[in-house]
Amino acid sequence: MERYYQPEIECASREQIRAWQDERLVKQVRHAYDHVPYYKKLMDDKGVKPEDIQSVDDLYKLPFTYKKDLRDTYPYGLFAVPMKDVVRLHASSGTTGKQIVVGYTREDLDIWDDIVARQLVAVGATEEDKVHISYGYGLFTGGLGLHGGATKLGATVIPVSSGNTQRQITILRDFGSTVLCCTPSYAAFIGETLHEMGLTGKDIPLKAGIFGAEAWSEEMRKDIEEKLGIKAYDIYGLTEIMGPGVAYECSAQQGMHVNEDHFIIEIIDPETGEVLPEGQQGEIVFSCITRQAFPLLRYRTRDIGVIHRGTCSCGRTFVKMSKPMGRSDDMLIIRGVNVFPSQIETVLLNHGYSANYQIIVDRVKSTDTLEVQVEMTPEMFTDNMGEIERRQRELVEGMRSLLGLAAKVKLVAPKSIVRSEGKAVRVIDKRKI
Amino acid sequence: MSIKQISVFVENTPGALYGLTGVLAQHQVDLRALSLAETSEFGIVRMIVDNVYQATTVLKDAGYVHSLTPVVGVAIPDVPGGLNRVLQVLTDAKVNIEYMYAFLGGKSVDHAYMIFRVADEATATAALAARGIQTLEQDAIASL
Ligand SMILES: [Zn+2]
Repeated sequence: MERYYQPEIECASREQIRAWQDERLVKQVRHAYDHVPYYKKLMDDKGVKPEDIQSVDDLYKLPFTYKKDLRDTYPYGLFAVPMKDVVRLHASSGTTGKQIVVGYTREDLDIWDDIVARQLVAVGATEEDKVHISYGYGLFTGGLGLHGGATKLGATVIPVSSGNTQRQITILRDFGSTVLCCTPSYAAFIGETLHEMGLTGKDIPLKAGIFGAEAWSEEMRKDIEEKLGIKAYDIYGLTEIMGPGVAYECSAQQGMHVNEDHFIIEIIDPETGEVLPEGQQGEIVFSCITRQAFPLLRYRTRDIGVIHRGTCSCGRTFVKMSKPMGRSDDMLIIRGVNVFPSQIETVLLNHGYSANYQIIVDRVKSTDTLEVQVEMTPEMFTDNMGEIERRQRELVEGMRSLLGLAAKVKLVAPKSIVRSEGKAVRVIDKRKI
Repeated sequence: MSIKQISVFVENTPGALYGLTGVLAQHQVDLRALSLAETSEFGIVRMIVDNVYQATTVLKDAGYVHSLTPVVGVAIPDVPGGLNRVLQVLTDAKVNIEYMYAFLGGKSVDHAYMIFRVADEATATAALAARGIQTLEQDAIASL
């Protein structure tokens, strides 16, 4: 039996959802225009007045916002409420450039807790569950985001934070954690460590995992599910929009339902900015329609994805977005070919290698070079040199056929690829353009 | 009878082999034989040690990927034609040799030892035994 945290909302009719969106968008545009001078200027420059936005149909008229806007207004330039109403700040450093700061009112946090609780219930959690949070706590939204939702649900929260994998495993066993929340690469790493300790998923009571903040593949999902003996679910979110929980996966494990009562999703052509029809792949754009402190509108996430309407077996009526293919920021252009790290990961896992890899892009004599370093595993190691080399050639062939590009594969020692805060450093681009 | 060889994955980088021998030395694992197969990027270190269980435990703890491979060890009299005689036997028995390496034996000064990686250890051992050539047993390694 499918369970919901807020069935009247999660399974509302499309007409009802649309009515909420129309009403809330109109209000939100007015709120941003009146309280954030930067927004007023953006809209004025584009010749759009708040009254031009009468419903979701008018959304396309609004200007886009970019990460650059958040950097340019650092730290509080996009806040729409006085600081006395801001009860929490979060920040994201990103891999490039200055950090950005976002604020939350008490009401914003309440909504955030609700949408995370929806995710938890969708993966089968109840107040009986012990939710083990291995996302980093702090300015990063992962730790406190899941923490708030699990607390609101009434589950038992185990705020472990990230790092010290041996200790994580001790807690998983001794405290009897039933739901694990962390990045997918960290989940895979915990699984791997468990395996090395001679343990399997049967030795821990864990039953489900909620993994986000990184692009991950279906193969990685299988790998994690197998190693930890759980069902692994995807969660989507960005600090700019709210944090984890903007979209959540259900029992169908086929895409994530967007919390449309709070966010409007659009898929656009990243080149032209034009809104694309359903089913077409493009850049994901989000508008927050209930957020008080930080009313971001038409925010260009740089994530590449696709949305699907239509009914879901779980009974929820919110539109579903695919697992993002990767960030358009992460997208590498190598010898004119678009390459996403997630594609490389898929090939590695398909060929029996681990998801512990690093992509090194360089330019030698004006030609781009792509090297994929992957950690050797006990499963892929054999005393037969010829066999190792044969598997390596197969992998290179696999990459060539999927990416349309020749890559060099380098086998490296286990645990030699650097991980920071559980998040693997996937790409090193040495090209000086 | 075959003996157990430990094969270890190492990167072909300065100090990689030193790191491995360092770990073994630190835990008093005695190397009886060692051979290295390498490409420009990685290598397989093959070794015969006195205490296989201890060595594999130490390697696992230190994070090395390794495997155990059965190999055939033969004591060869240190006289002209010694190796040739052994190879003759294996050739006659149609035993395919994947690789081999030698080491000069501990206390015995008049023998050299050869390690053979063959497709079929049982056939190789039987063929050698039929011609009066004894193969090494695992227990004997520690006392070499
Ligand atoms: Zn669903």
